[in-house]
Amino acid sequence: MTYPTNEPGPNPTTPAPTEPEPEKPVAPDDDRWRKALREIASGNAAVAFFSVLLAVAVGSLLIMFTDDDVRDTFSYVFAQPGDFFSASWNAVWGAYTALFRGSIYNTRVDDFQTAIRPLTETLKFAAPLIVAGLGVGLAFRAALFNIGGRGQMLMAGAAAGWVGYQFEMPWPIHVTLAILVGMAAGALWGGLVGLLKARTGAHEVIVTIMLNYVAFYLVFYALSEQNLLQAPGSGNPKSLPMKDSAVLPKLLGDRYNLHLGFLLALIAVALVWWILNRSSLGFRIRAVGENPAAARSAGIDVGRTYIVVMLISGGLVGLAGVNQVLGTVTSGIAVDLDAGIGFDAITVALLGRSRPLGILAAGLLFGAFKAGGFAMQASENIPVDIVLVVQSLIVLFIAAPPLIRAIFRLPTREAQ
Amino acid sequence: MSTSASTPVTPSPAEEEIVLPEVTVVDRKAAVMFGVLTVGLALLLILAPQEGDTSFRLKAPNDFIELPTITVPSTPTAWVLTLACALCTAAAIVLYTQKRKTPIWLVIVFALAWMTGFLTWAAAGGTVPVVGLLGGSLAVAVPLVFGALGGVLGERAGVVNIAIDGQLLFGAFAAAMIGSLAGTWAGLGASMVAGLLVASVLGLFAIRYFVDQVIVGVVLNVLVIGLTSFMFSQVLAPNAASLNSPPRFRAVPIPVLGEIPLIGPIFFRQTVIVYILYITVALVTWTLYRTKWGLRVRAVGEHPKAADTVGIKVNRTRFRTILLAGAIAGMGGAFYTLVSVPQFNREMTGGAGYIALAAVIFGKWDPIRATLAALLFGFASNLQGVLSVIGSPVPSQFMLMLPYVVTIFAVAGLVGRSRAPAADGIPYRAGGQ
Amino acid sequence: MKLELRDITKRFGSLVANDRISLTVEPGEIHCLLGENGAGKSTLMNVLYGLYRADEGEILLDDEVQHFTGPGDAIAAGIGMVHQHFMLLPVFTVAENVMLGDEATGFAGSLDLDAAGKRVAEISKQFGFHVNPSSVIEDLPVGVQQRVEIIKALSRDAEVLVFDEPTAVLTPQETDELMGTMRQLKEAGKAIVFITHKLREVREVADKITVIRLGKVVGEASPTASNQELAAMMVGRPVELTVHKDPPQLGEDALVVDNLRVIDALGHVHVDNLSFTIKRGEVLAVAGVQGNGQTELTEALLGLQDHVTGSIKLDGKELVGRSVRKILDAGVGFVPEDRQEDGLVGNMTIAENLMLNRSFDEPFVRNGSLQLDKLDEFATQKLKEYDVRAPGITTNAGNLSGGNQQKVVVARELSRDLRLLVAAQPTRGVDVGSIEFIHTQIVATRDSGVPVLVVSTELDEVVALADRIMVLYRGRIVGIVPPDTPREVLGLMMTGERPEGAVA
Repeated sequence: MTYPTNEPGPNPTTPAPTEPEPEKPVAPDDDRWRKALREIASGNAAVAFFSVLLAVAVGSLLIMFTDDDVRDTFSYVFAQPGDFFSASWNAVWGAYTALFRGSIYNTRVDDFQTAIRPLTETLKFAAPLIVAGLGVGLAFRAALFNIGGRGQMLMAGAAAGWVGYQFEMPWPIHVTLAILVGMAAGALWGGLVGLLKARTGAHEVIVTIMLNYVAFYLVFYALSEQNLLQAPGSGNPKSLPMKDSAVLPKLLGDRYNLHLGFLLALIAVALVWWILNRSSLGFRIRAVGENPAAARSAGIDVGRTYIVVMLISGGLVGLAGVNQVLGTVTSGIAVDLDAGIGFDAITVALLGRSRPLGILAAGLLFGAFKAGGFAMQASENIPVDIVLVVQSLIVLFIAAPPLIRAIFRLPTREAQ
Repeated sequence: MSTSASTPVTPSPAEEEIVLPEVTVVDRKAAVMFGVLTVGLALLLILAPQEGDTSFRLKAPNDFIELPTITVPSTPTAWVLTLACALCTAAAIVLYTQKRKTPIWLVIVFALAWMTGFLTWAAAGGTVPVVGLLGGSLAVAVPLVFGALGGVLGERAGVVNIAIDGQLLFGAFAAAMIGSLAGTWAGLGASMVAGLLVASVLGLFAIRYFVDQVIVGVVLNVLVIGLTSFMFSQVLAPNAASLNSPPRFRAVPIPVLGEIPLIGPIFFRQTVIVYILYITVALVTWTLYRTKWGLRVRAVGEHPKAADTVGIKVNRTRFRTILLAGAIAGMGGAFYTLVSVPQFNREMTGGAGYIALAAVIFGKWDPIRATLAALLFGFASNLQGVLSVIGSPVPSQFMLMLPYVVTIFAVAGLVGRSRAPAADGIPYRAGGQ
Repeated sequence: MKLELRDITKRFGSLVANDRISLTVEPGEIHCLLGENGAGKSTLMNVLYGLYRADEGEILLDDEVQHFTGPGDAIAAGIGMVHQHFMLLPVFTVAENVMLGDEATGFAGSLDLDAAGKRVAEISKQFGFHVNPSSVIEDLPVGVQQRVEIIKALSRDAEVLVFDEPTAVLTPQETDELMGTMRQLKEAGKAIVFITHKLREVREVADKITVIRLGKVVGEASPTASNQELAAMMVGRPVELTVHKDPPQLGEDALVVDNLRVIDALGHVHVDNLSFTIKRGEVLAVAGVQGNGQTELTEALLGLQDHVTGSIKLDGKELVGRSVRKILDAGVGFVPEDRQEDGLVGNMTIAENLMLNRSFDEPFVRNGSLQLDKLDEFATQKLKEYDVRAPGITTNAGNLSGGNQQKVVVARELSRDLRLLVAAQPTRGVDVGSIEFIHTQIVATRDSGVPVLVVSTELDEVVALADRIMVLYRGRIVGIVPPDTPREVLGLMMTGERPEGAVA
């Protein structure tokens, strides 16, 4: 087609059309997801790299200007600029080395087994981000925006946790059952959104947001009632801890916190990859996501596809909740069990361009940010919220390649 | 049927003009919804019967004319109102079978009967402060209304503004900080600038760089949460006395209007922000529907290409509109730190921006309706507070859940397939490179 | 005002849409720009209208070079455009549409709708239009909507008027009226550019004809040139203007539609009381102006409409109430009227598009798993068989030209065992070569004994393909007549007049 789009770059396989076709209406793509996802997909590695760089730079500025030493030296910056710059350097360098020590390798201990512990923490934090990111990403592929991660995690976590503390069963059966019940609860909570969308046309963005609150208050209520989830005799909104037979086993022994959840996440990556790229269901999901009208004309039941996608999506996000309750925080169900993962998953899915391997990489990156962020807060006294800022900036920048190209004077795709 | 025709055929004037009939397609959603709610209320009365009388206090302190307090026997009154609900439901069913639409007044009558019935039951043995309930709802709804107005403006211009929550939160932050330094009015101004700043980032990415608007909105909300939380811990909390203790707007009764029984205390004994709200609602409505600027805004939201072909700069119009929308939404944020709680806290909007967004859709992208929807949500959240004071039999979590459940019912039942501005959410790429 | 385009060149990436095109239009002259779909006519006009910036060349008005940065500049300079896809806001009134961008205002920027209404009435009177300024656009028939477009241009004192494929949506009668209006405008001294690919219209009103092909001016022609000559210039080779087909070998009744009625969610009846039959080996072509129920009829046949009553029987099996998938499985092939919207997934590959309606069973799916080898083999073969010009089967369908996209759709539909083919606007926006190819395929399908329903708003196409013609008007059958029915009669039938002898 000849209506030019200011797309960052044409698909490399784009042939020169054999003829112009100006009669095509200029009406922009009515499916905005399609466009959006294509935008994200067309960013190349350089753009990704510079996006991270720019986001980290902005984060550094924030750290600098809120650092007490830097501000003190700023008052006499013209008299002794050296002090200002060295204070700035110390603040930023301190922050990022702490981030590294907290997420990859702790250079301050001699013992390798202790030094490598942060990496296992990164993997531990990455696991729920990856599975939840897969859930959100899968929904993206069907042009559905699942902002309901929090609700789905809460419902799944509560259900899995209930099975985990309530029943007496031998180890592999108990934990398997808890996982399955939890995922089913997440799937139902997500599937409800698909059902409403398919049957009534209710917009999934609104419904998922609302269901987050509903789930929160439902779980909160259940945790406040003695005859429901609340631990007997307790006044706190918290359940009993998980029985040992329902806990996800540690992968590398008790020295590290890394548990089976990470392995489950890897399996989920493979499974979602197969669904999207090799299964007929995935084919239909992609067709519905790209062009629901054409999918419908081709005999694909769009509504049913929405329901199925939201079931799977809710189940995957639910697995993140299960991962928290049975693996990371086994001391009992609490209303904050989602730990913001439901929202982080959106940024993970966006950064991973809704592709399973991309989500794996994005999940690992954000897992490292999380692990390192806590270390940074502990050792350098920099609030962990900086991680949120950097993460969201990365996603923003990566979605706008022309901006990154302009800032870093990268060649545009056309000129290459 | 036979298909042959003699050739050549010669035309003759049509015997009759072909006019197709119109068939009314009615929705049974209203009837179903009425039925479910009525049965729900009846079940409450049966399963959790309440003893005693319920009083409705209609007067406010310092009233010039004092209205009496109405006291009714709880259970019988609730049943009478349930019956009224049942009658409304029956009427809706009859209308459905006659293929007629449910009129809006029936919905209003039903809603009033149901709500009063519910209150009568829930507040049995206590007194419902009607003025406090409604006036408080209005106050609670202030950020929602400002947010919804910002949302309506943006979406009418074709830009989905999910970042309302970020605008509210950043507005609250700026109002707290600048308000502490330079007073309430400066704080209010700062909140507008803050909302505008968030909107300008939204515009930069969504309009200039065609990044999906919903994605930018969601990410911006996260960014603002991160940024304000970071600044709160690093800057505001350590210097709370100088940077995080803004003065508050006080309630200012309006002479004469404030003395009208019932109406006065609810609407005209509020803070300045509420009065600004009235003016903003009126102004936004007027400009959107009656001015050149409004015509252009609606045009770029409905059919940007058509607007472009008559020389309107689509993206410039959109950008300006969302900046204005951001400033309005930002003002809503000032409510938190200059009226409600005189200090900033992490994530203190509690996702109100998302509720405002729901109000936009519930209100079918119309400023007046969106305002009403926001007021409804305000009512639902205030109701919880009032009932917990009276000591209601409903667990507080369920009351807190109410606005969200109502929203789901609303988007699924009433406005499921309502008509958004045609180009809402679609970036516009002009022809030239 | 005299319009002159000098050596206009417009490139999109490596593609040259306009290659040094020059054109002069004098005041009081109707200048036709003739070229087939994709020749670059609309690109040129978008350059003229300021929507695109030309890479080279200049635009002159009364010998003064113009520099348009947007349509606003073009309008201010006196250029008006009647767009092929009307640039009207469906939810606005006539007055609001006319004033948009050039608003009369009162106090504090408030709209002066009365002034706009007066302006509409003034221009309507001058040209004999009947347009109510306070009507909402979406309630008006397309013919009237087009007049609003014309009024809009005239209300800004346009001296150069561009009509971009204005007759595509009109009945023959409305087309005649439009020609009258164009002559009136010409007499009023306006310079008129008339873009079209319809030879008949060109010869009727043109003072001068410029033919463009593949972005280049290939010559000028006089209005007295024959259809064959014009067509040959347009396409670059002699063109068969008729479709070769043998008399139909009719079998038994295959598709029997009885008392069909289609209603939309708002209660508008789009198709009413429709009864007709198609035999095996027969093409029934549906004629009518766009928006008279054709879309809803084809969608009802496919199960895409929600509120359908009456009966549709294919080989004795009832289709009403079945899902789209079941209907496809029953052997219905469907070429939708808007291939980009309903026919293809632009962001999926050609191969994937070729299996779009076979995503459930063999041969491409086994146990829920895609059989990519089989798909590749199939797609490679179809690409060759249907002469789809593309780098390969992994090219995204959205990157193909209109003709090649349509060939992909036709290949997909015709490679199943069909018991009925429904083809809506099968050659809309398609180049002449592809039109010939697709027509041949449709006739071959009919000759293999499959009943075919063709819907087209192009009367030439209807006449060329039909064994019988069914004319629809406002959702009802005006008549079913043989293909040799005179055009004027068909034209009248398209306005709802029922000729004697025709059977409704």
